Amino acid sequence: MRLTKLGSGLISVLALAAGISMAHAKSDIVVAMQLEPPHLDPTSAAAGAIDSVLYSNVFEGLTRFGPDGSVNPGLAESWSISEDGKTYTFKLHEGVKFHDGSDLTAEDVKFSLDRARGEDSANAQKALFAGIESVEAVDPTTVKVALKEPNGSLLFNLAWGDAVIVAPETIADIKSKPIGTGAFKFSNWVQGDRIDLEKNADYWGTPAKLDNVTFKFISDPTAAFAAVMAEDVNAFVGFPAPENLPQFEADPRFQVLVGSTEGETILSTNNKQPPLDNPKVRKAIAHAIDRQAIIDGAMFGYGTPIGTHFAPHNPDYVDLTGLSMYDPELSKELLAEAGLADGFTTTLKLPPPSYARRGGEIIASQLRAVGIETEISNLEWAQWLEQVFKGKDFGLTIVSHTEPMDIGIYARPDYYFNYDNPAFKELFEKLTVENDPDKRSELLKEAQKMISEDYVNGYLFQLAFPTVANAKIMGLWKNQPTQATDLTAVYWED
Amino acid sequence: MSLLFYNRSFLPGIILTTVFAAAALISLVWVPYDTTILNIAEKLKPPNLAHPLGTDQFGRDILSMIMVGARTSIAVALVAVGIGMIAGVPLGLAAAARKGGLLDEVIMRMNDLVFAFPSLLIAVMITAVFGASALNAIIAIGIFNIPVFARLTRGAALTLWNREYILAARVAGKGQARISVEHILPNVANLLIVQGTIQFSLGILAEAGLSYVGLGAQPPTASWGRMLADSQTMISFAPHLALFPGLAILLTVLGLNLLGDGLRDLLDPKLRRART
Repeated sequence: MRLTKLGSGLISVLALAAGISMAHAKSDIVVAMQLEPPHLDPTSAAAGAIDSVLYSNVFEGLTRFGPDGSVNPGLAESWSISEDGKTYTFKLHEGVKFHDGSDLTAEDVKFSLDRARGEDSANAQKALFAGIESVEAVDPTTVKVALKEPNGSLLFNLAWGDAVIVAPETIADIKSKPIGTGAFKFSNWVQGDRIDLEKNADYWGTPAKLDNVTFKFISDPTAAFAAVMAEDVNAFVGFPAPENLPQFEADPRFQVLVGSTEGETILSTNNKQPPLDNPKVRKAIAHAIDRQAIIDGAMFGYGTPIGTHFAPHNPDYVDLTGLSMYDPELSKELLAEAGLADGFTTTLKLPPPSYARRGGEIIASQLRAVGIETEISNLEWAQWLEQVFKGKDFGLTIVSHTEPMDIGIYARPDYYFNYDNPAFKELFEKLTVENDPDKRSELLKEAQKMISEDYVNGYLFQLAFPTVANAKIMGLWKNQPTQATDLTAVYWED
Repeated sequence: MSLLFYNRSFLPGIILTTVFAAAALISLVWVPYDTTILNIAEKLKPPNLAHPLGTDQFGRDILSMIMVGARTSIAVALVAVGIGMIAGVPLGLAAAARKGGLLDEVIMRMNDLVFAFPSLLIAVMITAVFGASALNAIIAIGIFNIPVFARLTRGAALTLWNREYILAARVAGKGQARISVEHILPNVANLLIVQGTIQFSLGILAEAGLSYVGLGAQPPTASWGRMLADSQTMISFAPHLALFPGLAILLTVLGLNLLGDGLRDLLDPKLRRART
């Protein structure tokens, strides 16, 4: 009898404890993603995974991207532009502190920008800063940036993860111990498993609603599915297996956000390798491809067809898919005109993501139908970077270009797809110095048409960005205007 | 003759093996659907009348894929066993003929060296270094068959060299090479056939393993291992994608092992005498 009393007492205590914890809103979150960052310095590597963990959470720039891709004030609360468009004066927020307690001053901004654009800079996007002539710290909260020529996209450029503000005192250890100004502080990194962040109590802006954040890295799609289903992770950003999304959608425990990205998925073509150097052959390839079949077969319907290297959600986007409609008969005619009536054989090198591996098999079958044989080889990322991106030893490859507004890569003749067109370079130089929004829009549209009419690459689809999360998590970004998992506004609904 | 059909291992073994060998042979001239043509509209159909085993994520007919996959598996395993026999058996015969000599030492220590490495791991290394293809998979699997046959041949041949009829042959003036071919080889052949069947089944497993990690035959060539790998994320809503290639691997390997067992019973004179 006494035992039963004790037992029931215990149960009521437990129930009480459970009730208390239920009443509190959860303040911890485990967010999973596929790729782990190689190190933690966003200003010295191209790896998008670094920004996916740290952008806006730990590191901030003068300006920042909003969830819709707009450029908003970041550490700079306001700015003014001189009459000639060559001088930008940024006013910094008062009282911003780094995570180590030191103050953010104009000197730190000068240091960060000078470091990024310096001769020996390891910054992966040095072109962002190329137009800067000098950076001057006028007083502790005022920075003056002088440009060589007016640059309409400076504020956009400064919002990139590669342009975040770092402090000279902590730069030596940044790769393992990042010190920023964001709403979360870095606390721990267990390599191969997870990165922990904790709330920054002294944050200058709106404080974060979560106390602890864990980023977990799960590369295998099957394991990703199991982890979400078992609720080992609260959210998975960039879920790798689109075929599993309908199951999550049907499950009331989860919400599925399918957002857009800046990821133009293209059939990259080596423009210098015969016979692909012949525009007719590239046009034939473009007409041999059935985009909808690729989106349905490789992405299970998630993805928007594109006809040029530009994101469809951008207001300046022109729908040019009509230039490369699926028309195998026309494709065969074009091949015959190019003197290749019997077809030809080329290589198709595929990196690991499923859009490439599955898309590759579908494209191979579509090209075979018009007489083009492809030798498929599946590569790991390191091999792909070595052979294709650096070595330019390929005929065709499939890859998603996830950087925002990256049409400028077509103005770089040494870029891996070897497109060398002086007319495009000239056009792009005009665009860089143009400040007038209407004229910029005109030039951007012209640039899109030029590469589409040259059939530089096969333009397939805009990569969708699926996020699977617990149904009670609010405030997650749906779209990916830049690679980021901004958790500063995320909270658990009661 | 009746013995052949009453053996408990031999009969199911030969039936399973014949079924898959026949599927592979038929696929050379005819398959229900062309496996290189993708039909996205027909994707992930469960088994039905038009597609008895259903269709995969690209709308390809799974029955056709398994038939073509059987061809890939059997071709890779067969050639790999062939490499092992052609190189391994003469090495074993030579080592036995020169028992205790330098040649014997060199051959057998080289065999030990190859044996010392885990075979599948080295196969992964070979295909990773020289590129993933069916040909490299054959070479990688074949190399590890050489010491298996060399050891088996040497061991069996050593006991034969002490027999009186070999002595008689030597007295009659036959050379070591001639004795090895004319008298030793026919007497170890039954062992080699049994081992060959076992190695054949291991070869099929190895090919499936290499293809599973993407180092075997490359698309569009159908392969059982890759079918399994590709279907992983879809098991929960399209189990037929993983079920049928998995069953194909299981049944082929089981069939070959049973066949090997049965052949051993039938070909080994000692066992046969004991049973009758």
